[in-house]
Amino acid sequence: MSAVTEVLADSSVIAKRNILKITRIPDLLVGTLISPIMFILLFGYVFGGAIAVGGGNYREFLVPGIFAQTVIFGATVTGAGIADDMQKGIIERFRSLPMAQSSVLVGRTASDVVLNVIVTVIMSLTGLLIGWRIRTSLLDAVIGYALLLLFAYAISWVMGLLGLLIRTPEAFNNLTFLTIFPLTFITNAFVPLESFPGPLRTVAEWNPVSTLVQAARERFGNVPPQTELSSWSLQNSELYTLLWIVVILAVFVPLATRQYRRAAAR
Amino acid sequence: MKRYGDVTAVAGVDLEVPTGTVLALLGPNGAGKTTTVRMLTTLLVPDEGSATVAGVDVAADPREVRRRIGLSGQYAAVDENLTGLENLDMVGRLYHLGRKRSKERAWELLEQFDLTDAAKRVTKTYSGGMRRRLDLAGALVAEPPVLFLDEPTTGLDPRSRNDMWDLLTRMVGGGTTLLLTTQYLEEAERLADDIVVIDHGRVIARGTADDLKTQVGGQRVEVVVGSEADVDTAAAVLHEVAAGELQVERRARRITAPVTSGSRALVDVLQRLAEVGVVPLDAGVRRPTLDDVFLTLTGKPAEEVAGGDDPARPVAEEVRS
Repeated sequence: MSAVTEVLADSSVIAKRNILKITRIPDLLVGTLISPIMFILLFGYVFGGAIAVGGGNYREFLVPGIFAQTVIFGATVTGAGIADDMQKGIIERFRSLPMAQSSVLVGRTASDVVLNVIVTVIMSLTGLLIGWRIRTSLLDAVIGYALLLLFAYAISWVMGLLGLLIRTPEAFNNLTFLTIFPLTFITNAFVPLESFPGPLRTVAEWNPVSTLVQAARERFGNVPPQTELSSWSLQNSELYTLLWIVVILAVFVPLATRQYRRAAAR
Repeated sequence: MKRYGDVTAVAGVDLEVPTGTVLALLGPNGAGKTTTVRMLTTLLVPDEGSATVAGVDVAADPREVRRRIGLSGQYAAVDENLTGLENLDMVGRLYHLGRKRSKERAWELLEQFDLTDAAKRVTKTYSGGMRRRLDLAGALVAEPPVLFLDEPTTGLDPRSRNDMWDLLTRMVGGGTTLLLTTQYLEEAERLADDIVVIDHGRVIARGTADDLKTQVGGQRVEVVVGSEADVDTAAAVLHEVAAGELQVERRARRITAPVTSGSRALVDVLQRLAEVGVVPLDAGVRRPTLDDVFLTLTGKPAEEVAGGDDPARPVAEEVRS
């Protein structure tokens, strides 16, 4: 077996294991879905009335933002799972097997994508229920979803590294809560950027989550007519987001892989 | 013949396990047993020294070593959200046995380990003993020639422990080379051809179970008396039957004597105690424990030795027969 096929084969075994876990622990899926559904209801029906989105429909504006937040939270499953596996000695077992060791992380992050696909389907149906529509072509929609999933995949590697560093699922969950909330709230996901005060607005404009949301809105045809694209990052949202994805993967895949070797050999 | 040469655990452990034999690494908590096993199974890279497992150098070709070993750790590393079958199938796939063979092998092992009925239940619902058995089955998936078991019965209730011993006895009958670690002398005696006693990462004794027993003495007669005033009287009585030095724990009012013939000595002791008018609270015969081994070898109980800074004097040469 060549090295590449071996990594792929072993990764698929690991991914399969994690996917089985999704079916075994309903909480995992429910937990990932409950907060975005709450947010859709809260923002769509409670706060939304007070938010003007430049001539557009707020709920339609909101849904791609919720997608982004949801898949990013979905990406944290890798980190919590790795921390859990470290604690329970599963990683030790993997390490004693003649398998491609990199496949533990490759398989883990891949299973996050599967979880995110399921979650995105459910959230899309929820979106349709409250009046969100895809107003472009099928191809555009596919690209929009792909971008969301790809960005989340890159985040999975960051979370994988954090999980390896932190080692306990509880502490990991606390930390991700504290980091992901600002990352997804200081963006255009819930309110238009025009309402942000100066410096915070700049941060939000260059926050890749904002550009991801902007790109998704463009691909789904949900950009409100009077949206002002005030920065290069927003004007080239797709390119800018892709750049981030590449950079995150280039930095965190090797870092997480190295940390896996170290953490497991302690 | 396999050689484990010059593995430096905490200080230095030299082991050699001939093919098809069982070696028990006996020692208290923190003696360096797990560290030694982790180095031999490629999980830890030794700072110094070398080791050869199944003819393969651990440092030079860890991957090849992993192909030839099975490891079952101190706590059962089974995925609690998967069924027993799925757990074993996954391990088989990761040993690259192939889809069909992995499943076949999983069923074989479930049968062998008496887990067939529980095969399709998630292991969360398993008892501690079942999890251990499944973990052990995981180590056997690839039918490795060399097996490492780190404290296979620690934390098991006496019944599960007995079951595990039976299972291991049957298993090593099949010619597997086994290195196991344990805190129980009884376990080492029952399963191993050779026993290496380690402490502070150093070998303090080695030999067959019989060698060790000869050195440590066979059984122990233990008497607990009701009042501290009786301790000396009772000690004098036990001294008459003792085959070695007495162990007197004044505060616990317990006196222990190594004896050659346990039940006869006990009858004698009880008779003599009645004569001198001491009524024991408790009296019995027991087998020597790890503590007794340590007491004999180092003059200190196991915990004290393990906790102290002064490393135990290596006495390997004296023990070797």
